[in-house]
Amino acid sequence: MDTNLIIGIINIILIGTTPLIFAAIGELVVEKSGVLNLGLEGMMLVGAVSAFVTLVLTGNYFFALIISIVSGLLMSGFFAFLVLYLMANQVATGLALTIFGIGISSMIGKNYIGTPIEGMSPYFFIVISIIIVFLIGLFFKRTKMGLIVKAVGESHSSAHSLGFNVIKIRFLSILFGGSMSALAGFYMSICYAPMWQEGMIAGRGWIALALVVFATWKAERILLGAYIFGGVAIMQMNLQAFGIKLPGQFFNMLPYIVTILVLVIISGNKLRIKMSAPSCLSIPFNKNQ
Amino acid sequence: MIKIVPRGNSSKSMFIFAPFLSVIFTLITASIIFFIMGYNPIEAIIIFFYSPISNLYGISELLVKATPLCLIAIGLSFCFKNNLYNIGAEGQLTMGAIFGGGIGIYFYDVSSFLILPAMIIAGAIGGALWAMIPAILKTKFNTNEILTSLMLAYVALLILDYLVVGPWRDPEGFNFPKTRGFGESGRMPVLYQGLRVHFGLIITLILVFISYFIYSKTIFGYQLKVSGYSPRAAKFAGYNKNYLIFSAFAISGAFAGIAGIGEVSGPIGLLYRDISPNYGFTAIIVCFLGRLDPLGIILASLVIALTYLGAEDAQLFLRIPAAVGFVFQGLVLFFLLGTDLLVNFKIKVKEKHGY
Repeated sequence: MDTNLIIGIINIILIGTTPLIFAAIGELVVEKSGVLNLGLEGMMLVGAVSAFVTLVLTGNYFFALIISIVSGLLMSGFFAFLVLYLMANQVATGLALTIFGIGISSMIGKNYIGTPIEGMSPYFFIVISIIIVFLIGLFFKRTKMGLIVKAVGESHSSAHSLGFNVIKIRFLSILFGGSMSALAGFYMSICYAPMWQEGMIAGRGWIALALVVFATWKAERILLGAYIFGGVAIMQMNLQAFGIKLPGQFFNMLPYIVTILVLVIISGNKLRIKMSAPSCLSIPFNKNQ
Repeated sequence: MIKIVPRGNSSKSMFIFAPFLSVIFTLITASIIFFIMGYNPIEAIIIFFYSPISNLYGISELLVKATPLCLIAIGLSFCFKNNLYNIGAEGQLTMGAIFGGGIGIYFYDVSSFLILPAMIIAGAIGGALWAMIPAILKTKFNTNEILTSLMLAYVALLILDYLVVGPWRDPEGFNFPKTRGFGESGRMPVLYQGLRVHFGLIITLILVFISYFIYSKTIFGYQLKVSGYSPRAAKFAGYNKNYLIFSAFAISGAFAGIAGIGEVSGPIGLLYRDISPNYGFTAIIVCFLGRLDPLGIILASLVIALTYLGAEDAQLFLRIPAAVGFVFQGLVLFFLLGTDLLVNFKIKVKEKHGY
């Protein structure tokens, strides 16, 4: 293989995995605070369509970015209200958010399918995604606020007794997750595609969810996992070029199967699961109890 | 000022009333959405929620859609009652369709009354086996069943995709990603000539009745409920926790598998990629809306089936994307989860005492 080919492959991996990194790093913070949001796919779709429609209407990339982030904040804020204040079941609410997002994004975007736009270069966002991952890594390792978020996710009642506002910290974490999902959506419809199509996130929200588990809830490993997942997809194309015929579906399965294996490895050992998964994940907190 | 205060005991009437309230709220929100989109809300609501079922054919279509939803949801209730979040019913449905459909494809030119029962049993086994994976992983390795069952759903969909474009592709199908059609013996009989409502409805009703019996009359059903309410109590009572996990997953997987084979041997008649319009995930909404109760689930499956039908009509007559059905499905669940607050809490209007 010559260097041009290698650079080409790295280029494709970087461009393809950036939305996964954005969505996964957002969800990582949400899960670290003890909340499981299964609405990634829905929030990414709404983020994608609102960015696209705003860009078509105003022609301004900055507005598109802002509106996209706002849509993510609204969607995740609604989720946070239901699960934190009304103590709704997180699994059901997250799934409802995804189903709702699939529907509402199709409705908003129905007149914009196939509208041509001038896409934005992905490289700026690739760099941003890597920076965000390292900042979040530092946030959890080096800052007091990061430790507090972790504490809330590990034991909300202890955190509450120590005087931390569990609900407020979780609310902010969920909002961060929502804005990151929307950013992933923005990247998909403005940089990656660049176009709008119904259901264009095509399961990336679920892969991002798998990625958080694969990374065993550690920020830097999200980069590693995303590039491995992305690399596998590229490898599939290359193997075919070399004449090795393995059905593509089996490569597409790998992220899910590997994630299950990682879960098995870390869950089998009590100490290891304690070191990786937030103990209060998906358990609702009621301070009156 | 308004204050939310906990009730001493959870309200039984709100428990039953909240699902109805959430449907009403959804209708109100739906008309607002239609109005914003520039349609006459009343006309749109009629097209969406009434015209689809205003004739016999429409009723039959409603039952065709409600059948898998109801069957999957009643299966899921076994897991949810025990606080096991099996959210991979879509995968279990797909595996059921693959196992049963495989028999239908291999015996496509054989005529025998044994083929359909064999397909249904194979479908149940396929769904149950797929559901056993998260159950085994949970009992042996303590893995989170929410994540594993969800991941396995996507694996199952990819296996189906592989089969219909690869080894099972119809040799005379001009390379379309679909299998050959099942023979006459591999098709669910329709219940009424000229309509699509099929024998799967009868199977579903029987299984709903059996579930009702299990919940209300057997120790197993009682144990499921107790271990859902209080895992500690179940532990002290000496219930076999792993047995309950295995059976709940096996039942819900088998029901989803039967729903899958019901779909492919009923209205579809062959295997291809999109055999299920999200039934496995939507059934979770049905299960919650029906309060994990057999009768409630029947009612809820009819309501949610109507969102599918209405969406198809809205696409035809109003040119609204059919995905609008998903908006209403999401809204119903949001409102239900929201109004659920009133089961355990009440809203009190407190007068301010000024000086």
